[in-house]
Amino acid sequence: MGKMSVNLCGIELDNPVIPASGTFGFGYEFAELYDINMLGTFSFKGTTKDPRFGNPTPRIAETPNGMINAVGLQNPGVEKVIYEELPKLKKCFNKPVMANESGFSVEDYVYTCEKVDKCEQVGWIEVNVSCPNVHGGGMSFGTSPEAAAEVTRAVKAVTTKPVIIKLSPNVTDIVAIAKACEEAGADGISLINTLLGMRIDLRTRKPVIANKMGGFSGPAIFPVAIRMVYQVAHAVNIPVIGMGGVSSAEDVIEMMLAGASAVEVGAANLVDPYACKNIIEDLPRVMEKYGIENLSDIIKGVK
Amino acid sequence: MKQSIFTIKENVALTSSVYRMLLEGDTSDITNPGQFVNLKLDGLFLRRPISVCDCEGNILTLIYKVVGKGTEQMSKMNIGEQLDVLTGLGNGYDTSLSGENPMLLGGGVGVPPMYMLCKKLVAEGQKPQVVLGFNKADEVFCEAEFKALGVNVTVTTVDGSYGVRGFVTDVMRNADYSYFYTCGPEPMLKAVYNTSKTEGQFSFEERMGCGFGACMGCSCKTITGYKRICKEGPVMKKEEILWEK
Repeated sequence: MGKMSVNLCGIELDNPVIPASGTFGFGYEFAELYDINMLGTFSFKGTTKDPRFGNPTPRIAETPNGMINAVGLQNPGVEKVIYEELPKLKKCFNKPVMANESGFSVEDYVYTCEKVDKCEQVGWIEVNVSCPNVHGGGMSFGTSPEAAAEVTRAVKAVTTKPVIIKLSPNVTDIVAIAKACEEAGADGISLINTLLGMRIDLRTRKPVIANKMGGFSGPAIFPVAIRMVYQVAHAVNIPVIGMGGVSSAEDVIEMMLAGASAVEVGAANLVDPYACKNIIEDLPRVMEKYGIENLSDIIKGVK
Repeated sequence: MKQSIFTIKENVALTSSVYRMLLEGDTSDITNPGQFVNLKLDGLFLRRPISVCDCEGNILTLIYKVVGKGTEQMSKMNIGEQLDVLTGLGNGYDTSLSGENPMLLGGGVGVPPMYMLCKKLVAEGQKPQVVLGFNKADEVFCEAEFKALGVNVTVTTVDGSYGVRGFVTDVMRNADYSYFYTCGPEPMLKAVYNTSKTEGQFSFEERMGCGFGACMGCSCKTITGYKRICKEGPVMKKEEILWEK
């Protein structure tokens, strides 16, 4: 066991760094640049029962120190992911991957999670109840404790692999939702998905994004993420994956001190395709600087 | 795709809002005209995608128009300053379909990628004819550079203050050509699509997140399925285009 290794729901990761869903595709674009086996794992592009094109463009807007996206879960559908993407991924990634699943009804979640649960390559199932960019699904399941628990229970009933529920920050009481998921059987919690945001073009006076609003991410949201990870990690007894604006080894350590057992990196990958590689390579230096022997020792280490 | 550091060798105004920047660095991943690069600028979160105008040895030429914060910042950069650049992005134009006498139509800031394309076609022994469209005389740039390649160049201006009055399609309508390549604002691309009598290739623009296929921010629908402008594009063949918006 290395100094950077952590345990995520019973599976050991060489290091806690995980590219977040939607910022890493199915890994190939990045595998052209570096050996992605150096990652802890990665969470693949959010998958739904049926193929989706997503929202009209423009889907992207810049913000101070961040961005807004309204992609809307574009993906080829769970069947193609299993029969086309995963076999392709096998050629460049030999670790268990995190399957990210989304839905528009409890039945959708059950359908996709049951399918990916049978894939040997899948280590964990990250259930996205927090996508702000789709109507009649996604985030609506993650904004009430009852609905989040219902999805959790239903998915747990048809799966064998660790189920991690990905929560939305666009709620009043995230702790209540996290606790409801834990009680319903979740093996872990990941947070935060994007904050709902908006920009307006001064020239046209129209929203920059065709869908008007979208998910705000990037370093600008890091303090909100730290706060919520801290709150949730101190309220539940299951592992928490922290994410939201992480872009350096220092950020990873701060996230772990707040309570994260592993850390997802999102928007940073889009600006610097080597972001995760650089963070992993920089971790030993930063660990030494702050007198950290083993990364797993600092989880929830905030005083 | 390659990430590397480039050094600014020149950054000059060609018109009141269009600039030419020469960058020195590792250009080995730029393999096709019509590809683009993605520049990281200080203080701005997202990179800025700019089409490649030319690439010769280790010198990359970009011609860009100041339209927002990023390009304004670029216009103020000095010789010797460095930029973090992703190169080799996008598919670029396929010259193998050109025939002997292809027509190249560039509109405004869609003109620059036509330059490297034209150079390649000439090197391959074809006889391209070039039509460059602008709004008015003081917006015209690059005419001499194209002429220096020894090709026939027609400039159009909407107000007739320079060259032929009208649009690039007014020239296209009465011309003979074996194939066409175009880049420009979307209304112009649509007009070219409707005027053209042969097959051809179009270069599209879209707001991008990453520029290398990871975020799905710039997807579009085509007759052959969903495509990412940054990865399977920005160049599309006429027969695959779906005009949706």
